Amino acid sequence: MIRAQGLSKSFGKIHAVDNVSFSAEDGKITALLGPNGAGKSTTLRMLYTVLKPDAGQALIDGIDNQIDLQGARRKLGVLPHGAGLYPHLTALENIRYYGRLSGLAGTVLERRVAELTDSLDLGSIADRHAKGFSQGERTRVALARALVHEPNNLLLDEPTNGLDVMATRSLRKLLLELKSQGHCILLSSHIMQEVAALADQIVIIAHGRVVADGTPEKILARTGADDLESAFVTLVGSEAAT
Amino acid sequence: MTQLTTVWAKEVLDNLRDRRTLLSSLIFGPLFGPILFVFMINIMLSEATSDVDELLELPVTGQEHAEELMIWLGGNGVEIVPGPEDAREAVSRGDVSMVLIIPESTGEQMRAGQPAPLQLVVNNARNRDRGDVRKARRLLNAYRNQVVAFRLQARGINPLVLHPLVIDEVDVSTAVGRALVVLGMMTYFILFSMLMGGLYLAIDTTAGERERGSLEPLLTLAVPTGRLILGKVAATCTFMLAALAITVTAFSISINFIDLQALGMQANFGPGIAISVFAVMLPFTLFGAGLMTLVASFTRSYKEAQTYLTVVLLVPTLPIIFAAIFSLDPSLELMTVPSLSQHLLITTLMKGDALKIEWILVSASSTLMAGALFIWLAGLFYRRESILG
Repeated sequence: MIRAQGLSKSFGKIHAVDNVSFSAEDGKITALLGPNGAGKSTTLRMLYTVLKPDAGQALIDGIDNQIDLQGARRKLGVLPHGAGLYPHLTALENIRYYGRLSGLAGTVLERRVAELTDSLDLGSIADRHAKGFSQGERTRVALARALVHEPNNLLLDEPTNGLDVMATRSLRKLLLELKSQGHCILLSSHIMQEVAALADQIVIIAHGRVVADGTPEKILARTGADDLESAFVTLVGSEAAT
Repeated sequence: MTQLTTVWAKEVLDNLRDRRTLLSSLIFGPLFGPILFVFMINIMLSEATSDVDELLELPVTGQEHAEELMIWLGGNGVEIVPGPEDAREAVSRGDVSMVLIIPESTGEQMRAGQPAPLQLVVNNARNRDRGDVRKARRLLNAYRNQVVAFRLQARGINPLVLHPLVIDEVDVSTAVGRALVVLGMMTYFILFSMLMGGLYLAIDTTAGERERGSLEPLLTLAVPTGRLILGKVAATCTFMLAALAITVTAFSISINFIDLQALGMQANFGPGIAISVFAVMLPFTLFGAGLMTLVASFTRSYKEAQTYLTVVLLVPTLPIIFAAIFSLDPSLELMTVPSLSQHLLITTLMKGDALKIEWILVSASSTLMAGALFIWLAGLFYRRESILG
């Protein structure tokens, strides 16, 4: 469970995020939807503790991430935008590194690595150096790495960027599986179809502010649009006009 | 394994697998110095010893025009050989170091007491010949002075009127002294190879990590930033230590190819001295690793870091050049300057002199303190949000 309460962040004169509040429930996929530069990444970065908000709070399973930084981090699995692997380590070594840093060791670690190898279908690349991985392979390993310490909450910034159709489908399947296990999943995207296919809850952000928040049905009802894309254009467009 | 050792182990393994890092940090860097060093010292030695009295071979064209001069030169350690056909060509090609040309008119001019122009064809661009040329010039001048004295005496004048002042130059620079200047460069080579040893790690663990996009996920883990930095610095130190060990070993082997005894120095750069040099240099690891990590942590990319760090490679030379120019002797105050203190300590060791324990303590503690400061500053940079770009 992730809650953003009045998060704000400025870079110089630019108000990247302005009083953003929403919550992402356990067992649901919540999508931050918005055009490029709307403040999605900045919001996520404040939630996953690499940026400090100028104002507001971020609660991870009820833990304020500014008060108990490491406690909040333990409950977070993060796949940042363009997450890189260590090219000279194998897929499994990359995963083990994060596992060890998260306090896993010995058979516990190996069991967890084996589980992830299985669920993320890493068998064929397990012992290959990450140097030559495709974008899809990289994303799968980065995801396994983010999940190694079994965090309840998973934050993904534009996870399907650069993935081909098959890789996107397998990622979707995996996210749905994690959702069914009761994880709280929060992802950002600017791709309508992806959000429509996955999200239980949508938070639309434009110009650093939340312009709509709710289930896809609720958003459609509110805008009177037939599909998500028209609803998005209506919401973001009206925001841009003000 | 603690988080710190996990970071350390990963960085060491990661970089051991990178062939480029391995080559430059553990092979080129540490071996470049010792090899170049032997080369340079041997050239210096051969120059220094060429001055010593040995037969000078002097090609002369037109020997028959100045027979007295030839006899005199022959009596003063010169072996006269026939000059080549084209003197200029032969000298500039380097076939001979110089040629003395005696024109036909010389004998007549000498007898008439007129100035007789001789030509000494030399190539001043060739360092190796300088000693020979200097010697030839000195002999010719001596002969000239002798002729002057005879002529004055023949005219009833005491030749001493030509010498109102007698200047005796006492050159205290010895071959040993000159070689010591070069030996002093050993410190720089050691410092250089240590920095080279850690260079790619310092970049890879900071700017490289950021450029690769692996820094952001790393910073979301429940690991205090200070521990990440320390683990990374420890890995950099490990590579620097390996480079130090390799380079000191290489020096202790390569120095056997230098005839140190000819310089009156102890030829023993044996295990004892090698271990002392290693120990004296040890604190510099933290200093170098801290400095490089700090510089790399505020650069934005691998390339930028590389550019700045090449400048950093030169920084430790400055105090050494300073020491050479002002011929500084070790003192307690100078021991507070990192790199200079190591230089002075090693030079003292090389001279075979004893080190004062307080020198070692001040050198080590000031170097370690500066290193700790750099690491602390690097930590501050790492905690800035803008590190993610």
